[in-house]
Amino acid sequence: MGNVDVRRLIPRLTVGFLVAGVVLYIAVIANPAPAVGGSWRTTTFGSAFHDWHSFMRTLLNGLTFAGLLFIVASGFSLIFGLMRVVNMAHGSFYLLGGYVAYEVQQKMAGSGYTIAGSNINTWEWVLPALVAAAVIGAVGLVVQQVFLRWNQGQELRQALITIAISVIIADQVLAHFNGGLASSVTWPGWTDRLVALPLIGIDYSLARLIVLFLGLMVGLGLWLWLYRTRTGMVIRAGVDDRQMTSALGVNIQLTFAIAFVVGSSLAAFGGVVGASQGAVAPGQDGQWLLNSLVVVIIGGLGSLLGAAAGSLLYGLVFSFSAVYLPTAGNNCCTQYSILFTFILLALVLAFRPQGLFGRFS
Amino acid sequence: MIGDKKAITERTIGMVGLIVALAAPLIFNAYWVDVILTQALIVGITAASLIFLSAYGGLVSLAQTMLMGTAGVMLGNMVVTKGGAGGETQGLNLGWDPTLSLVLALLGTTVLGLLFGALAARSTGIYFLMITLTYSVIGFYFVGQVTLVSGFSGIAGINAYTPSFIGDIANDRNRLYFIALGVAIVVYAAIRFLVRTPFGLALQGLRDEPVRMSSLGFAVPLHRTLAFGFAAFLASLSGVLFVWWQGQIAPGDIGIQSTIDLLVVAVIGGLTRIEGAWVGALAFILINNYVRDSWLTHLLDKVGIGGSFNTIIGLVFLVIVLVSPDGLMGAWDRLWGLGGNGKGEGPSVTSIPAGEKV
Repeated sequence: MGNVDVRRLIPRLTVGFLVAGVVLYIAVIANPAPAVGGSWRTTTFGSAFHDWHSFMRTLLNGLTFAGLLFIVASGFSLIFGLMRVVNMAHGSFYLLGGYVAYEVQQKMAGSGYTIAGSNINTWEWVLPALVAAAVIGAVGLVVQQVFLRWNQGQELRQALITIAISVIIADQVLAHFNGGLASSVTWPGWTDRLVALPLIGIDYSLARLIVLFLGLMVGLGLWLWLYRTRTGMVIRAGVDDRQMTSALGVNIQLTFAIAFVVGSSLAAFGGVVGASQGAVAPGQDGQWLLNSLVVVIIGGLGSLLGAAAGSLLYGLVFSFSAVYLPTAGNNCCTQYSILFTFILLALVLAFRPQGLFGRFS
Repeated sequence: MIGDKKAITERTIGMVGLIVALAAPLIFNAYWVDVILTQALIVGITAASLIFLSAYGGLVSLAQTMLMGTAGVMLGNMVVTKGGAGGETQGLNLGWDPTLSLVLALLGTTVLGLLFGALAARSTGIYFLMITLTYSVIGFYFVGQVTLVSGFSGIAGINAYTPSFIGDIANDRNRLYFIALGVAIVVYAAIRFLVRTPFGLALQGLRDEPVRMSSLGFAVPLHRTLAFGFAAFLASLSGVLFVWWQGQIAPGDIGIQSTIDLLVVAVIGGLTRIEGAWVGALAFILINNYVRDSWLTHLLDKVGIGGSFNTIIGLVFLVIVLVSPDGLMGAWDRLWGLGGNGKGEGPSVTSIPAGEKV
């Protein structure tokens, strides 16, 4: 204990106290709203101690949102990790995926407007999702081959190119898909119910649990692919040392193309899930680019584990700060929830700029 | 020497440009002076803050639009009185003295810039781009969601409250034009001066060789933080001019669309030379004004692509990044056969490697 490294201690103490304070506040300190007035202890539901069910619902909302975040951000992270390409059009691929699935589902079962869940069977959701993933995967392949393949290593230029592409896609979506209106894909009918969760004691939307399930499946699939197949092995080798991998006779260009297709398809699949959960609308491309950025900056670029950790943290902070901020006074405080995203980001940047699981190249 | 000839040509063009700019109200009609030229000067200042960071610090920041808007929102909250010129407008409606508010808005934005800069200072290249983009989007949502300071409808009637030495710029638009011109010239001169000081030279040193500069004992993150703070100050100047020009500010003015528009301006102009800021701004605003509903957009419909002005600006942006990543100024430099870095100002920003650890 002779020499405590203060530079290591300060961040740990800061984060420790902050987390402890937040946990304490949510667990016991917060109070449910009284009939009149309120104080810094007043929140919408009170603490977990007061209102266990609302607490669990908020937790599950955070987890399910994290599932969607992971689907989208893992694709972003995969592309960056291997190719050092920051795909600024990732949010546009999300948007495009949602709209393509909407169009396909309308062709299969719709009549021009939002379809009732009872009219959709599993196949009528799965096929639009697959078509969207395939179409956007192809779009991604074209973008990579035509615009990014010949200028590898010029990272900023590649980012600018994808920004230009995202500007064009955003405008084209507005022009060609459903008049640029917000559009929903409909979940299969059997998901449209609440399930009773034993032990926790609440009823919770099955569709939202499926989002979490899909997120876990994507994670498992990616893990099996990256750690149990030959292509995955090559990708991991490429992430570690691109030159050496290609010097060993591996066709790195083919690997790049595969990774870009998979990454783009994941954005599109996320878009389908997002469009089923709520709706896709013009403008969400920027929002989902931000979401992907926040997740990978927190978790560390190019790391699967990092994408999972980043999604989890961001999802939970997003969900809890919307409900567990003090509500004292008129129109107070829950509107500040965006600040907590920033605080999370600032803490990571200040104390661990490479992200929780990231490495500097 | 080609270099001398080029310098003379550039000086001549610059002088002619300055004379035309000074005589603009005599040459152009009121719409051109107010909408095209004043706007180009203001947007140019914001773009100059971006290009300053990229050309001399190797840092491409997407937070400049947000910082510009921050100054505008701060000023709006401080000067507007309740039920005054903006009607029942959003914001705190503090009704403070305009001069004091002006100083506080500039100061507040600079401090915010220093803080943001300190957080991002250990990153470069593509990481810096991503981090500043997140700042920008978070700033947008903050201004939009926190109805106390603005909300999505924004603050109106700001240009009715100006310090007495600024005067009535809401009605006398030529006056505003000359103020914007004066600020733009000062900003240009200040950047040209700053990059010749020891600080500016150190900044260029750590743009090219961060690791070597660090071993020489330069505090790399500190230099980056100060540079970002200076750029935030420049952006705050344009933010104040912007709300005086537009009279109001809303989150839409600092949204991701505006952020990307500013990047487009900087890239069209050229990320390696300060002059590019105003060249790019003028080009962008001209395209924006005259292509929006022209034969070109109709052509898009005819060939079945559809879409609007934004598709065209996206295509222009794409072509420039593909063909001449240093923008119009880079193309100009190449015209003289000196390559993209005619003045020996170091490597092109677009080739900077990502994220060295320093």
